[in-house]
Amino acid sequence: MSAYPTEVNRMRIVEIKAVKDENLNVKTIFFEDDLCSSAEAGQFVMVWIPGVDEIPLTLSSIGSRSKDGLSSVTVAEVGEATRALRGMEAGELIGVRGPFGNHFETVSRGGRALVVGGGIGMASLMPLIERLVENDVETTVLFGVKSRSNLLFMERLGELSAQGRIRLLVTTEDGTYGAEGLVTEAAEKVLSSGRFDVVYSCGPEAMMYKIFGLAEKLGIPVQLSLERIIRCAIGICGSCVVGPYRVCRDGPIFTSDRLRVIRDFGRFRRDFNGRKTPI
Amino acid sequence: MRSQPSNPLETEVAGLRLRNPTMLASGILGTTSDILRRAAQSGAGAVVTKSVGPKPREGYPNPTVVEVGCGLLNAVGLPNPGIQAFAEEIRDLGDLEVPLIVSVYGFSPEEYAEVAEAAVEAGADAVELNLSCPHVKGAGADVGSRPELVSEIVERVKGVVDKPVFAKLTPNVSDIVGLAEAAVEAGADALTAINTLRAMAIDVETARPILSNRIGGLSGPAIKPVAVRCVYELHRELDVPIIGCGGVTSWRDAVEFMLAGASAVQVGTAVALKGLNIFRLITEGVKSYLERKGYGSVREIVGLSHRG
Ligand SMILES: Cc1cc2nc3c(=O)[nH]c(=O)nc-3n(C[C@H](O)[C@H](O)[C@H](O)COP(=O)(O)OP(=O)(O)OC[C@H]3O[C@@H](n4cnc5c(N)ncnc54)[C@H](O)[C@@H]3O)c2cc1C
Ligand SMILES: Cc1cc2nc3c(=O)[nH]c(=O)nc-3n(C[C@H](O)[C@H](O)[C@H](O)COP(=O)(O)O)c2cc1C
Ligand code: FES
Repeated sequence: MSAYPTEVNRMRIVEIKAVKDENLNVKTIFFEDDLCSSAEAGQFVMVWIPGVDEIPLTLSSIGSRSKDGLSSVTVAEVGEATRALRGMEAGELIGVRGPFGNHFETVSRGGRALVVGGGIGMASLMPLIERLVENDVETTVLFGVKSRSNLLFMERLGELSAQGRIRLLVTTEDGTYGAEGLVTEAAEKVLSSGRFDVVYSCGPEAMMYKIFGLAEKLGIPVQLSLERIIRCAIGICGSCVVGPYRVCRDGPIFTSDRLRVIRDFGRFRRDFNGRKTPI
Repeated sequence: MRSQPSNPLETEVAGLRLRNPTMLASGILGTTSDILRRAAQSGAGAVVTKSVGPKPREGYPNPTVVEVGCGLLNAVGLPNPGIQAFAEEIRDLGDLEVPLIVSVYGFSPEEYAEVAEAAVEAGADAVELNLSCPHVKGAGADVGSRPELVSEIVERVKGVVDKPVFAKLTPNVSDIVGLAEAAVEAGADALTAINTLRAMAIDVETARPILSNRIGGLSGPAIKPVAVRCVYELHRELDVPIIGCGGVTSWRDAVEFMLAGASAVQVGTAVALKGLNIFRLITEGVKSYLERKGYGSVREIVGLSHRG
């Protein structure tokens, strides 16, 4: 009867099965949930930290595709809710609704993909990378962080790289790991020296805006994951709008044709009260 | 005598001509000019903005919207950028293809008037007074549950705007007709019925209320029978256009509201259920109904269930 499955929006209370510190500021939280198990790469969930807040987090692993059948979110501490969540341990309860939104579309077998992640943005790209590799897409991953201590998912990425299933390039702003500089500089070089069918990216919007500009010049389609304030997550409250689209329902993944019509992209976002604030 | 409109769906509410009797309800997506334009392009006959007040307001922390199976529970807390910033969005919609109705709230009759005046100045075709604003100074209840306050607000607003004024009523009262009479006597040009019903959800595993505000408003299919009853009573007792709202999810629901006495309907929660295409789905269904039943215009069915 309905295009919008109310089942997905029902809040499930799940127990945290395991946690993993990715670095000093980032933690992955594993849980079991049937609906999340069948999610697609790039989709997000609303995580309720009882008594604190409810926040959007991308699935950093998807149960049906992980060895232990667990799904996960990976959270970077930036404020009250993320601090509370990062402090939680196995056995504690959280609420989960979702998965919500659209997802990354993988290119066809034999295609060539460039994946550009900035910091915690890598969380939403991990399931995508694993999917691309499964589909025999020739995948180059650029991962930029401030400093060596901000790296995350290096086991998962390192393994794929060691097996020769992805080409991995890491950049740090201070040169403490990989190449010194910004990931956008690395992207510019890689894009000019190779042919790509698609560019995927998730990270700070200023970074993605730059990546979009580079790809546009070369005529390569992009799929970027945008962030805005999420309240309802089901496309009715209007807090997440960018141009004529809703991040929670039409996004969070945006393709080049849509990005071209979003006047706000790379320029401003809406605050909790709906006022424009510069990116 | 005016001639029969050639478009059977075309109707009129308090002087506003609508190409069809569906409207986007307040608080549903109406936060920016771009998204309001998209709602219009998706087929709505008119669009109502998110409620705007005199000053910026952040609203409540999440969770603000909770699924309760038969509908949604929300306590978003009226986040809005304040009328001064929002006027920019209104001005941006000068060329909108359908009437733009700006929803207005305040914490006093003066504030309602101030916001309504600025909204009309910026280009609103009508204003809808959200009379379910919580925490009015002095009173614990909603503004809109006190007839004397409703009357004062409507009067003040009518005194400063020359566009139609809709009073949106709360169902959280024992006598909605009394409330409506106060609004109409003070000059309201139309009534919107209803806003959400006060409700709550508690999670049993953590033993906590889910909404950060604890109590919120119920919308969606669960409240439709209450809303239909309200519209029916209002149509029976008063001679003023009514806009039905509450749980409209299909053309059948829209027709039911019109038979009860609504000239048009607003759609909220169903935008989540069926997407923005809901306006087309409803209007196409209503059109087939009119053809099947042999009516030339949607206006012929307004209040039809009241006949002897
Ligand atoms: C679709 C989507 C996916 C995301 N995925 C991840 C992820 O996988 N890992 C991760 O660490 N972070 C992710 N985020 C960002 C994360 O939601 C915010 O960092 C978090 O909500 C901050 O909450 P806080 O209370 O700790 O911080 P606060 O101090 O409350 O806010 C800090 C900043 O976080 C952002 N923020 C706060 N609340 C929200 C909200 N309800 N919706 C959106 N942004 C908000 C705002 O920009 C705010 O200025 C995602 C955001 C979106 C929109
Ligand atoms: C998330 C949400 C936000 C709302 N915000 C407002 C608002 O700002 N002003 C208002 O008058 N009504 C608001 N409402 C109430 C709706 O306009 C409508 O009266 C109510 O939801 C019943 O209609 P429905 O069942 O079609 O949703 C809101 C409803 C929801 C679900
Ligand atoms: S978060 Fe409510 S519309 Fe997207």
